[in-house]
Amino acid sequence: MRVDYLVRRLIQFVIVLWGAATLNFILPRLAPGNPVRERLLSALATGGYQQAGIEEMVRAYNEQFGLDKPLYVQYLLYLQAALQLDFGYSIASYPAKVLNLIMAALPWTISLLLVSTLISFVLGTLLGALMAWPRSPRFVRHLVLPMMALSAIPYYLLGLVLVYSLGILVPMFPISGGYAIGSLPNLSWAFIQDAIYHSILPALSIVLSAAGFWAIGMRGMMVTTEGEDYVVYAEAKGIPERGIFLHYALRNAILPQLTSLALSLGTVVSGAVVVEIVFGYPGVGSLLFQAIRSLDYFVIYGVVFMTVLAIAIATLALDLTYPLVDPRISYRGA
Amino acid sequence: MADTSVTLEPPVLLRLREPGRWAAVRDYTRRNPDMVVGLIIVVALLLVSLIGPFFVDVRQAQPMRAVPGQPPSARYPLGTDDQGRNLLAVMVVGLPLTLKIGFLAGAVGLSIGAILGLSAGYLGGITDTIISMIVDIVLTVPGLLILITIAASIKTFISVEVLALVVASLAWPRPTRTIRSQVLTLRERGYIQVARRSGVSTPEIILFQLLPNLLPYLAATFVAAVSATILASIGLEVLGLGPQNDPTLGMTIYWAINYNALLRGMWWWWLPPIIAVVLMFVGLFLISSGMDEIANPRRRRVV
Repeated sequence: MRVDYLVRRLIQFVIVLWGAATLNFILPRLAPGNPVRERLLSALATGGYQQAGIEEMVRAYNEQFGLDKPLYVQYLLYLQAALQLDFGYSIASYPAKVLNLIMAALPWTISLLLVSTLISFVLGTLLGALMAWPRSPRFVRHLVLPMMALSAIPYYLLGLVLVYSLGILVPMFPISGGYAIGSLPNLSWAFIQDAIYHSILPALSIVLSAAGFWAIGMRGMMVTTEGEDYVVYAEAKGIPERGIFLHYALRNAILPQLTSLALSLGTVVSGAVVVEIVFGYPGVGSLLFQAIRSLDYFVIYGVVFMTVLAIAIATLALDLTYPLVDPRISYRGA
Repeated sequence: MADTSVTLEPPVLLRLREPGRWAAVRDYTRRNPDMVVGLIIVVALLLVSLIGPFFVDVRQAQPMRAVPGQPPSARYPLGTDDQGRNLLAVMVVGLPLTLKIGFLAGAVGLSIGAILGLSAGYLGGITDTIISMIVDIVLTVPGLLILITIAASIKTFISVEVLALVVASLAWPRPTRTIRSQVLTLRERGYIQVARRSGVSTPEIILFQLLPNLLPYLAATFVAAVSATILASIGLEVLGLGPQNDPTLGMTIYWAINYNALLRGMWWWWLPPIIAVVLMFVGLFLISSGMDEIANPRRRRVV
């Protein structure tokens, strides 16, 4: 791997983060209305107090959140804070720090996403390969239409249907939350079991829908690969069918799948975020949803920045390991 | 001077056998059933919203116009929701609204993508480097989350049109990428070379030589963009970040979740919009994969 590719890739990485941070800085300042003021007004309205002294309170809070300094100072301070992953305090649940809120939610999201993405990728890719293989059983080759339909359904809509069918009509699984009500998150075996039990439905809705997506993509690639000369040659040489399938067709067709995995991480995460909301799963998505409802801007921007960061790291890692999978790619002069 | 290029005719070989029009349609249907089924689904959905208003009072798509919380009955075939909307009317009104968001946003995204893709692909050099880099960067970012920050910042002003624009703001990278790669292969073709050598200006080549040849790809890209933008808009709406006063499909699902329709067994509230959305996606997907087969002959069915 050439050094200049690495450098270019790292520059791209930095630009992504800078862009996300800057967007987060600009957007709230373009929007009309002062979040601090609105928040205070709504708090006062629910409390039933008089409005006296609200301007002083707004000023005090503005000072605390640094909203009274000139814009460029705010921007530089903001970038510095973003570098340290310091997103300030949550407005809605002050004095909780945004980073702490995110860190509490992150393990839930990462474990749910990692497991369900891995399962769906492997399952979907295998199914897709089999769907295109001329000697597969007939029923497998007729899976194309159902898979297409599954891939066309957004995760969260499938989630709604699953909640209703497997959670309410036939109450096999809990319909919401990440663990039994009343228990406290800890690392005991009983709690982990409970957490897995609660995550089955959200995971299932991601797996089903994403597997369809991977299967359709893989099928297309397999169909092209099967027509290649080297597959015909392998057949003529008398290599056993299983060998041709695994080492000739599948091995080559899987490469674009990996590229599209790297490209679609963002979409996968976005979809999972909404799934969490449907299931009230205690991850980053639900945190984001609460923040949107209470216009808790700092939490919204913190969550978005952290997610962009996570995906940028994952994409970078996938890109850099790509030459290991496909020796033809060395990023030389690319 | 520009005339030299115009005299180039499409190859005659393609017209060896000229079947009758209906035979052509039948042949085409047999060769490309995906596209036909997809078109039928989308046209059927459009028909619901065209014919629907003759059978149901569309004003009942607004709250407080019907008895709230009714299961399906003869009077309300799809029941009503908690806020007193007739859900059949909601479907009739919501379907075209959701499609409208998709078409608006898809058109904006495609236009930006076409401009950027044509410039990047045809001009090459530094223009290409910069545009490609931006596209690469934006493609890896979790789009929906960026849209969420934008939409959350302007939550109170979101109408159907504004939502379409918000979604369109991230709908251009994929079209840009597809169009750029097509332009890269087209620009080396003979007729473009001839046009260039005979002194046709760059804008003229782009407008009169490249663009017409890009049309099938543009159409395929447009359908893909429509389906992607509808997906994004429904994602935003399910979070409550949609037009608060318009009964789009996504907002209907949002209200259903918000009022706990799932737990309360009010399946008639959330199931029809989901079915409509899924049909819409399957239809658009079939059309775009069918169009792919036309646009990229290499992908034509081998099996």
